[in-house]
Amino acid sequence: MKLEMKDSPGQLVAALKPISDVGGNIIAVIHQREPDLDDDTLNVQIVLELPEGHLEKLVALLKEQGVHIQRIGEERLLYKRTVILIGHLMHTDLSDTVDQIDSTGFAEVCELKMNMPAVNERSTSRITIKAVSKGDMEAAIAILRRVSLQKSLLLIEPLEEIA
Amino acid sequence: MMNVALIGLGSVGKGVAAILAKKDLGIKITGIADSKSGCMDRNGLDIADLLLKKTKNGYCGDKEISASDVVAKGDYDALIEVTPTNALTGEPAIGYIKAALIRKKHVVTSNKGPIALAYKELHALAIKKGVALRYEATVAGAIPIMHMLEHGLAGNEILALYGVLNGTCNYILTRMADEGLTYEQALLEAREMGYAEADPTYDVQGIDAAIKLVILANTIWGNGIRLVDVDRTGIDLLTADALRLADDEGCTIRLIAEAIPRKHIIRVSPRIIEKNHPLVVEGTLNALTLETDLAKEITLIGRGAGSTETASAIIGDLLFIKDRYVQRA
Repeated sequence: MKLEMKDSPGQLVAALKPISDVGGNIIAVIHQREPDLDDDTLNVQIVLELPEGHLEKLVALLKEQGVHIQRIGEERLLYKRTVILIGHLMHTDLSDTVDQIDSTGFAEVCELKMNMPAVNERSTSRITIKAVSKGDMEAAIAILRRVSLQKSLLLIEPLEEIA
Repeated sequence: MMNVALIGLGSVGKGVAAILAKKDLGIKITGIADSKSGCMDRNGLDIADLLLKKTKNGYCGDKEISASDVVAKGDYDALIEVTPTNALTGEPAIGYIKAALIRKKHVVTSNKGPIALAYKELHALAIKKGVALRYEATVAGAIPIMHMLEHGLAGNEILALYGVLNGTCNYILTRMADEGLTYEQALLEAREMGYAEADPTYDVQGIDAAIKLVILANTIWGNGIRLVDVDRTGIDLLTADALRLADDEGCTIRLIAEAIPRKHIIRVSPRIIEKNHPLVVEGTLNALTLETDLAKEITLIGRGAGSTETASAIIGDLLFIKDRYVQRA
């Protein structure tokens, strides 16, 4: 997120404190004084990780501190899982297979690598899926399982972390 | 001294006989039968001579004496049942085991068929007769998983288990990953090495691993799971590309048997797994990870097959019975 605050002592610390208060983790702070900016404001970019559902609380806390939020760029798909699909991927409409995940709204295919051997031979692809939450990821994988069964594709799932 | 009768004189049976003849374990073989013949002597048989006869003639004893005769009439404390696995009916092994239990004889078996198909009935019969039915050798060869569950992890609740339980598949997958072989090439190599049967279906389609998973699940949870309940996918449709694509990500592919009762998962399937994961073992090795409430994760790695390795599990069961029931050391 990009923040605008008063350029006075203690302001930056005041802006960072609410982040730890809501259980967030600061990954980077980019603080650049623009020379042609002659007013007394400071622009700061902060990259952070937040537990789900805590963003609104953070925004409210920052406002209380008199910090103006210029922009929030949210990367909301946090869970990533890679699977391998083997079979007649093109003949069974690969774009439809991908679309079944993308159209859920809670998960999407973010990377697809594919090796295609001779025509009529089965092809192999590695597909990386991103989802909002663990539950959504399970649902996305379940969709892929169903589609694989329908299209006679072999789906190779990762072995989950032992939990 | 404990007397035993040995039914089955294939690779495992020969291994057991040779070890009992060689090591002074206080166990005497008083009956032996193969598929064609049998022999009994309450004073102990001459094992070296019988093994020599078996090699020379293809059978070890008197053709007038059958395996059933040895089971029914032999003078023994424990029956060692090591005939080949019949995954469909479990016979004739189930019959031998029942007959021995009814005679109040302990039974040790390496045979997956009876344990996967008739565990509940056989277990109940053994309890009723006050004798032991032990089958350490049915799962993961030399790895003492049953002993660990029964003793080392006593008092633990087993939450999940994950295993590499089929050496043939693991060999094929190791070779595909290491050498970039196709499935067909790796299978051919496994056959040449003697790791795969002429008909590899039972191994490569995950049936063998699923049967072992059924045995483990029934032993741990007593949940009556059957082979048909296992969600099963084999490795026979894997491509060399799949192994390469996994390798790009620091991963490989292994046939994993898993059971997680709280998630209603009981399945055997090829899985993408990080190369440094403890279950990624090389060649024909087996591995088993248990997740428990007290001990947390425990992984065992060892040889899953082989004459002497499987005999190791059988000897362990026999000595347990000897110590517990027959004669305290």
